[in-house]
Amino acid sequence: MSVDLEHYLIVGAILFATGLYLALAKRNFVGVLMGIELMFNAVNLTFVAFARFVESPNPLDGHVFVVFVITVAAAEAATALALAVLLYRVRDTIDVDRLDLLKW
Amino acid sequence: MEDTGTVVAFWILATVTVGSALMTAAVRNLIHAVVFLIVSFVGVAGLYITLSADFVAVTQVLIYAGAISVLLLFAIVLTPRGSRDNAESFLRMPALVLALLTGATLGYVALDTEWSIAGRDGFEETASAIGEALLDRYVLPFEIASVLLLMAMLGAIVIVRPEGANEEGAE
Repeated sequence: MSVDLEHYLIVGAILFATGLYLALAKRNFVGVLMGIELMFNAVNLTFVAFARFVESPNPLDGHVFVVFVITVAAAEAATALALAVLLYRVRDTIDVDRLDLLKW
Repeated sequence: MEDTGTVVAFWILATVTVGSALMTAAVRNLIHAVVFLIVSFVGVAGLYITLSADFVAVTQVLIYAGAISVLLLFAIVLTPRGSRDNAESFLRMPALVLALLTGATLGYVALDTEWSIAGRDGFEETASAIGEALLDRYVLPFEIASVLLLMAMLGAIVIVRPEGANEEGAE
């Protein structure tokens, strides 16, 4: 018995599905952000698994891509959480289903 | 990848990662949800190590388990009158159906495709090769990423600045 590419891909698929559910269903803005971070993690895990197992002239390119994804995720988290604090200051709530200013 | 230790480590780490990710969706307390999310991040870092990706694993622990989870906790404690029950909005059932369909599709594609497996051993160490690639082939994205981080930092500061703060920054 050994661990193959498919095992990692399945773990990544489950993580991505969980993150998608969190991002779509959670009421609190921070819960939505947690779902987005979980989806980033699933994609990164898939990248690294492909870099390890699949044929390629530059197998470490997957790792470099993951480093860039983590960089962008850090920038995204910083700005999104600043937006959450600003929203709370203006509307006194960060429940996404109560932020319905554009609803007529 | 045949030795028993790697196999055992993979199954333990996969169980911990997936289990705590599911607990993040299931628990009824937002702080507990963040704690389970941190466990999931550390589990993913362990999975990176079983894939012989040492640099990415350390980066994962530093950025995700360290910085981003602290940012999430900060956002929670800075919004004291927000909801704390980690509840779902009215989109719960559609989101559940969509997530299950997406997971099933991804899993089917992963199992059905004939991947061109290389069959080589794990990497000896990756940090020096990643560093060379970042300053050689990927130097332009590398520089753009530094500008992006600077803009994100400035943007976060400008966004959360209090309403009446004057331009000179005095008082």
